[in-house]
Amino acid sequence: MNSITNFLSHFFVTGDPMIYGADVSIVLVTLAIFFVLTYFKKWKWLWQEWLTTTDHKKIGIMYIIAALLMFFRGGVDALMMRTQLALPGMTFLNSDHYNQVFTTHGTIMIIFAAMPFIFGLMNIAVPLQIGARDVAFPFLNAVSFWLFFAGAMLFNLSFVIGGSPDAGWSAYAPYAGTELNPGVGENYYLLAVQISGIGSLATGINFLVTILKMRAPGMTLFKMPMFSWSILITSVIMIFAFPAFTVALALMTVDRIFGGHFFTIASGGSPMLWANLFWFWGHPEVYIVLLPVFGIFSEVIATFAHKTLFGYAIMVWSMVAISLLSFITWLHHFFTMGNTAPVNAFFSISTMLIAIPTGVKIFNWLFTLNKGRIHFTTPMLWALAFIPNFTIGGVTGVMLAMAPADYQYHNSAFLVAHFHSTLIAGTVFGIFCGLHYWWPKMFGYLLDEKRGKWAFWVFMISFNICFMPMYFLGLMGQTRRMYTYPAGLGWGPVNFVITIGAFGMGVGFVIMAYNIIWSALHGKRDTTGDPWDGRTLEWSIPSPAAEYNFATIPTVSTRDAFEAMKEDKRAGKEKAPAAYKPIHMPNNSAIPVVMSAFMFIAGFGFVFWWFWMAIPGVIGVIGCMIARSFVYNDAHLIPVEEIERTERAAGRLS
Amino acid sequence: MMKTIRAKAAVILLPLLALLTGCSDKIVVMNPQGPVARSQYHLIVWSLIMMSLVLAIVLIIFIYVLVRFGRRKSKGFDPNDTGNRKLEVIWLIVPVVICILLAVPTVKTLYALDQAPKATAAAPSAVHGKTLTIDVTSVQWKWLFRYPGQNIETVNYVVIPSGVPVRFNLHAYDAMNAFWVPELGGQQYTMTDMPMKLWLQADKPGNYQGRSSNFSGTGFAHMTFTVQARSASDFNTWVNNVKSSKPALTHDTYMNLLKPNTVKPQTYSSYPPIVAKDLNKAQMNAYMNGQPTGNDAMHGMNMDNSGKGGK
Amino acid sequence: MAESLLSLNPKKRKDLPLEYSTEEGDLKIVGFWVFLAAELVLFGTLFGSYLVLQSHTAGGPSAHELFKIGPVMIETVVLLVSSFTCGLSTLELRRHNVKGLIGWLVVTVLLGLVFIGFEGNEFFTYAAHEGATLQTSAFLSGFFILLGTHGAHVSLGIVWIAGILIQLARRGITPVTARKAFIVGLYWHFLDVVWIFIFTAVYLTGWVM
Repeated sequence: MNSITNFLSHFFVTGDPMIYGADVSIVLVTLAIFFVLTYFKKWKWLWQEWLTTTDHKKIGIMYIIAALLMFFRGGVDALMMRTQLALPGMTFLNSDHYNQVFTTHGTIMIIFAAMPFIFGLMNIAVPLQIGARDVAFPFLNAVSFWLFFAGAMLFNLSFVIGGSPDAGWSAYAPYAGTELNPGVGENYYLLAVQISGIGSLATGINFLVTILKMRAPGMTLFKMPMFSWSILITSVIMIFAFPAFTVALALMTVDRIFGGHFFTIASGGSPMLWANLFWFWGHPEVYIVLLPVFGIFSEVIATFAHKTLFGYAIMVWSMVAISLLSFITWLHHFFTMGNTAPVNAFFSISTMLIAIPTGVKIFNWLFTLNKGRIHFTTPMLWALAFIPNFTIGGVTGVMLAMAPADYQYHNSAFLVAHFHSTLIAGTVFGIFCGLHYWWPKMFGYLLDEKRGKWAFWVFMISFNICFMPMYFLGLMGQTRRMYTYPAGLGWGPVNFVITIGAFGMGVGFVIMAYNIIWSALHGKRDTTGDPWDGRTLEWSIPSPAAEYNFATIPTVSTRDAFEAMKEDKRAGKEKAPAAYKPIHMPNNSAIPVVMSAFMFIAGFGFVFWWFWMAIPGVIGVIGCMIARSFVYNDAHLIPVEEIERTERAAGRLS
Repeated sequence: MMKTIRAKAAVILLPLLALLTGCSDKIVVMNPQGPVARSQYHLIVWSLIMMSLVLAIVLIIFIYVLVRFGRRKSKGFDPNDTGNRKLEVIWLIVPVVICILLAVPTVKTLYALDQAPKATAAAPSAVHGKTLTIDVTSVQWKWLFRYPGQNIETVNYVVIPSGVPVRFNLHAYDAMNAFWVPELGGQQYTMTDMPMKLWLQADKPGNYQGRSSNFSGTGFAHMTFTVQARSASDFNTWVNNVKSSKPALTHDTYMNLLKPNTVKPQTYSSYPPIVAKDLNKAQMNAYMNGQPTGNDAMHGMNMDNSGKGGK
Repeated sequence: MAESLLSLNPKKRKDLPLEYSTEEGDLKIVGFWVFLAAELVLFGTLFGSYLVLQSHTAGGPSAHELFKIGPVMIETVVLLVSSFTCGLSTLELRRHNVKGLIGWLVVTVLLGLVFIGFEGNEFFTYAAHEGATLQTSAFLSGFFILLGTHGAHVSLGIVWIAGILIQLARRGITPVTARKAFIVGLYWHFLDVVWIFIFTAVYLTGWVM
């Protein structure tokens, strides 16, 4: 009996009212979801329409819903941290709790919020932009999503069962090893990130092949929309960066679960090896979440300036340059790890070089606006705010690239301010921009402009209140990851202002969530499929798009293909649409969701060193793969009559 | 030329910084008190000027296009303006030039920081030489300072002579930490598997706050120490005082210090032989169990590493 | 003929080998090549880690003391021959000879099993007789994980080929089974290439150094 209570008190995280609150709310929310689904008899609908879908648009929507939830979780983490740091000597969180919170904040925001949000947007937009009916491997796409989801759930479970990781999102050895960190928290980190990382790698392969092989006839690579270009390049980065991370995580898992000595203090392990492997993935990862939003901004700026993107070719080549450079700069994350002067000099210069293509892109965006007719819609506001705010992040990045100066910035609040300037003004502004821009294509109605602009202004101004003072805080000597600080260093007032800014960003996010709900009820319908006067193919089809996307595949002859079609139409040179043919589409499949459930079981087993649970989980995953191999009936044909019916309902066929 | 620009910029920028945050001496990075911090400060100011310039250009163009083309019926709308080779070459070359202007002093400073700074005062007699060597060990969550030449050990504070280059040999017992004294110079990591060095020097006597900047667990935020720079005669007096009036560090006390906790500053007039072995936690466990620590082999390997680092 | 989900490049597919004859087959083969590129990075990272840790024996046995030439040579020859037989199976595939295809794939699987048997025995010998396990030193962690990852790939390949054999026996050579047999062949050759690197970077340098 005693041993059971002992086990339970370790299994469930105890002793903190916030945790109990979370326990209660998780149980209540789960019960509520069960009740609603049962009451409205929606289980079958959920299973058939969503959980087993292989439709890229639905997968994209599921990615975005999950990512928004993760944003919320990561944001709450951020506010808890900022509350603790608002004043010197606060006792809102204790040290261990604070350490867990900053770890989960970083990991969730990068791995479980930013990346899946981008995956969601690219799932929705890329096939539509290139005139394809789905991605190259729809089944694999569903597997990717469900692996991400299993990883995210496993990671969040650590909050209430077993305890959260507390070694930072970079999980530096040896602190993250069992020698100094014996609990299950770091196991959660390793397994959860690993599971979702495998999904990310598969997404990279999927989109690379999709974009290379499935473009509409006539759409050469240099006639592709810029967002699709950015995803093509991002996919290549993912394919070459993620395996290194897979290995790094696996090696640390071997250390922690099986007693290996890759990164341990003992028996010849090399903690520095972890730092190298982690950042060999970690730096390209920065561009995995940045290049796609560069693509989004390119689309949105061109659309709302009503001009073709300025310097298209150089925009592409600068992204290619960034992707190549991203693999030879990883060491700038640890200039202070005893590298020789020539090594630090090399990585200083390679890092500075990234500023050149990035600067080129900034000027090209500015000159796209030049001589344009700028419409200040909500997505455009996010895109415009990106330019100055991201430039601040960019120039401070160059300052950090100078190794001797970095000795003073490293690990300080200056660094924290820098990467938030790039990741918020870049990635977060970008995905909010993309969310507003493609929302009508996803759901068939627009997000409200007035409420959207409120959310934008509150969020953007608060972002500056939060992160501009943080640069000074770093120069004042405050480091990252400190859970408290004494009075008398002059840090108190600065921290207080930062906390106000952080809460302001929270308010902005809430307004945006409110806008989503409000617009779902009262939002303007998008009856044309082209609410923004768009330039690319996704706007040529009804909103939301039919299962098969394009009733007939368009033929492309120029960049901004849809703009050209509209011009042809205005000039009366519209081509007669081709006759419909039956369309071959992939079937739904339960295997991805079942497989990821087994993956979750395996991961959870490994977290607790429970091999009796982990091994059946692994066998289940392999069983799912074998089962899939024997499925031959994996596609269906949509008959012409059904296409006609659908198109007529969308008003495309009289 | 460069120097005067930097000086001018400092005159302009520093009051600005001060204005923004209240008082300038709290901005420790911008308040260098030694040659190492000063060379980094110059680099920071130089980059700040260049980057302010870049930011200003971007902002000016940004505001111009928004004001000029943001109105409903703005004139000059030209949808066929899709590129301009000349302009694109300009904004390719300008960043290249800026990168070169930043890279040259960066590399110079990098090589300079590998060497001991120039002494500005004669070393006190207690130092036995021109430079002082102090071995630093980070332990969860405290700093141990060993004076091999003086046979002194201090905890969570360190006394150095002003104007004399001090070589800190950095080493971690367990978690990775970083040794940072912003007013004297930038940081270096402490690690279990590779010894590191950091040259620092204080211009004048004074107390400088130091801390760990790399997260290492529960007590990380309390992992602070003071660097007390003293004149030559005060340093000699301090050494003599420690030797005559402070207790010796016993083996047991040392083993207690290695446990993960936070402690007050401490001073010891000598240390047991085990301190000089620079064992990490795993090696210490092996040593206590009577097994070979492998530390001699480690040292052999590490000598290669520090050799590459250019002593 | 239905307009395929993927039929965007109306190439003359009739001239192509069977596995490339549908768009789906084409896409999957390209996708698999990309996957192999990712695998290359994965093994590259493992090799890098191993080479960094090779000298970190921490008082345990070194590569020179541990590695035995005999079993390693057998493993190498067996795997190289299996790659050859796998190549023969692809030739039979091109000739639409289902019996030949199945026969050579069976030989490949059997050779794979022999390889795994020898490798398992090698690991067991190190662990049981030399006390050299994953937990002994960083060098051995690197060794066992690099070789173990390769071995796990080979084992998975065996299961995979077995599954395809069943499908071939049931359905004969169709565009789908042809594509599957072709892709598993690519995978098998890739593992062979990785082994050549292992032989060089792990065993040869281990014996020499």
